[in-house]
Amino acid sequence: MSTAEMTGAQMIVQALKDQKVETIFGYPGGAVLPIYDALYGQNDIKHILVRHEQGAAHAAEGYARSSGKVGVLLVTSGPGATNAITGLTDALLDSIPLVCITGQVPTHLIGSDAFQECDTVGITRHCTKHNYLVRSIEDLPRILHEAFYVAQNGRPGPVVIDIPKDVQFARGDYVWPRHVEHRTYKPRLEGDAAQIERALDLMATAKRPVFYTGGGVINSGPEASKLLRELVALTGFPITSTLMGLGSYPASGANWLGMLGMHGTFEANHAMHDCDVMINIGARFDDRITGRLDAFSPGSRKIHVDIDPSSINKTVKVEVGIIGDCTHVLRAMIDQWKSRKLMADEPALKDWWKQIEIWRGRKSLHFKNSTSVIKPQHAVRRLHALTRGRDTYITTEVGQHQMWAAQHFDFDEPNHWMTSGGLGTMGYGLPAAIGVQMAHPDALVIDIAGEGSILMNMQEMSTAAQYRLPIKIFILNNEYLGMVRQWQELLHESRYSESYSHSLPDFVKLAEAYGAHGIRVSDPADLDAAIQEMIDTPNAVIVDCRIDKLENCFPMIPSGKAHNEMILADDADLELEAVIDAEGRMLV
Amino acid sequence: MIAPSKPPLSPYSSKAFQEESKPHTLAVLVDNEPGVLARVVGLFSGRGYNIESLTVAEVAHNELLSRITIVTSGTLDAIEQIMHQLDRLVPVHKVTNLTLEFRGKTVARELALIKVKGRGQVRQEALQLADAFRARVVDASTESFVFELTGAASKINDFVDLMRPLGLVEVSRTGVAAITRGPNEM
Repeated sequence: MSTAEMTGAQMIVQALKDQKVETIFGYPGGAVLPIYDALYGQNDIKHILVRHEQGAAHAAEGYARSSGKVGVLLVTSGPGATNAITGLTDALLDSIPLVCITGQVPTHLIGSDAFQECDTVGITRHCTKHNYLVRSIEDLPRILHEAFYVAQNGRPGPVVIDIPKDVQFARGDYVWPRHVEHRTYKPRLEGDAAQIERALDLMATAKRPVFYTGGGVINSGPEASKLLRELVALTGFPITSTLMGLGSYPASGANWLGMLGMHGTFEANHAMHDCDVMINIGARFDDRITGRLDAFSPGSRKIHVDIDPSSINKTVKVEVGIIGDCTHVLRAMIDQWKSRKLMADEPALKDWWKQIEIWRGRKSLHFKNSTSVIKPQHAVRRLHALTRGRDTYITTEVGQHQMWAAQHFDFDEPNHWMTSGGLGTMGYGLPAAIGVQMAHPDALVIDIAGEGSILMNMQEMSTAAQYRLPIKIFILNNEYLGMVRQWQELLHESRYSESYSHSLPDFVKLAEAYGAHGIRVSDPADLDAAIQEMIDTPNAVIVDCRIDKLENCFPMIPSGKAHNEMILADDADLELEAVIDAEGRMLV
Repeated sequence: MIAPSKPPLSPYSSKAFQEESKPHTLAVLVDNEPGVLARVVGLFSGRGYNIESLTVAEVAHNELLSRITIVTSGTLDAIEQIMHQLDRLVPVHKVTNLTLEFRGKTVARELALIKVKGRGQVRQEALQLADAFRARVVDASTESFVFELTGAASKINDFVDLMRPLGLVEVSRTGVAAITRGPNEM
């Protein structure tokens, strides 16, 4: 423990250094001027000036998800804080560790409707894991370090520290506790041994098992992915993963079934429906995954590993609930499997794989390629093929392009796929790419975008320009808010209400206006050259890839349907509207 | 012809609908810090749970600990989820379901102040009933009484029902405070 006298603003910078923070994303304003003054002229912490506070939050998320560290943002009071809220909520739903420092009006003005005052702790209470209003300089050092502890321990999430301006100016003793032991918040890491034993009993006797893994494996760190791969190899079970969990098991791995859920593969969803033992590791039975709940995997016994006790039995009842960190539980599972000399039921497993091969034979991701128009699936596949062998990170916006990216870009490593899963935030991908590029300066970072989403945080191209970040924006441009249009086709008899992207900018000129390189491609014959040009260009690039305007994203579980009621691209010609009934139409 | 009713299709459906909803008393030990009550109450409103009664006060000044007693109703699944969600809040130390974990071995009490207005015979009757319920008179004027009554919520409900025709003016209740019987902590 070290002690030194300094101002609140200096303490903030010192605490960031002590927490080994190298990069923060922010935007100055009246209520954070002392902190910006303390940042001035020091070289330990690099500040990235975004163009909108939402961009700061998503950039911090991208930084955190690709590096495993805590993402930090610094914004001013009032509009600074409210602008960051979408990003904070995004981080809460996807369990991303963030520390967000907000300025606040001086303590004596709080509650007076002062200029740029808002009730930041009140507003952010519901979209953070925890938040603090620092009322005195004595509390500041403890709260700063506690915030980092809370953000990254247990189920990670965003933490807000609201700091009034007078506290930033006040002088006090800075104490670095080094080891934070929280009074109440002590998440459990080790799974219960008896429950793990029960889980392994189920696994060893399973005839039709399936691993269903999620973002928890990635949040737990790279070791968890290694252990997961070992456990899959040890048991020989098939494995599928949620949107958030892609990359923890390699898409090139033999046991990989592809993503599951609303736009998951036929084999993954059918395996989930027909399995007799489901092993959920770090996923949360989200409604995009389960489809119709009362028909979700009706014949299976379920094992659920999660660090958050409230995730267990929340929507789906499970036989074995294991509360713990994925790394610890997976290690215990592997150790027990070996020490008890357990064996999978090989003959049963062989039959199960035979069945899975039949489902695979349905080739649910197949699409009809074209020589006259670029198919979005083909574009993503070419993107994957031409970037293979490089250290490539993919971010996305939200919509059809996001699902095509998840389906057709095969991820082999964790932390290389950044997407807004829980909240579904359009405008996430570009700022997230900035965060990823900051964490990995030499990597190839591509935001696979739609022409609708990209405009939501387009201003961050200016940030990319300022810091010479060579991010690549690959827009699958169909001139529609494609996922909205797809749902209107399915549910509202093709009445495309407000889903046409009118008055789009010229993306090539827009790129040039931001000092980046612009490429337009619309002929499938030119696609590879365009992608190669994008990769070879040393600075930022926007590719306006004109794709088939009416392509829909399949396969799909229509709302209100079960896993075994998927529609595939080749039966999409039939009356799709007839597939979804009135009750399904009510759902999101 | 009327189509047969179909099972619920919603992914957000509904075995919960078929289960019976019952009241549960939860005792929650929290750090007495600003905003902690807002966190607890906000959790209930944000996730669509209801609060039937809520009591909160500091119980250990040196340790800055407060105890919140919440009566909420729900199915067993919903109550389990409520408890996990409460436990997840950073300033929460401990959550105990007094109804489930200590069935019949808890004491639950509520205090009520009840104002009744009236003269003559009615006034006399109110006073006699108060006596039967062991309510104390804490304020009196020539045309009113304020009674203080402590007991189970049901006893207070009964008393209030009896006072209504006799000139009930208003009621102020504290909400339920509850504790386990015997020597052990919650």
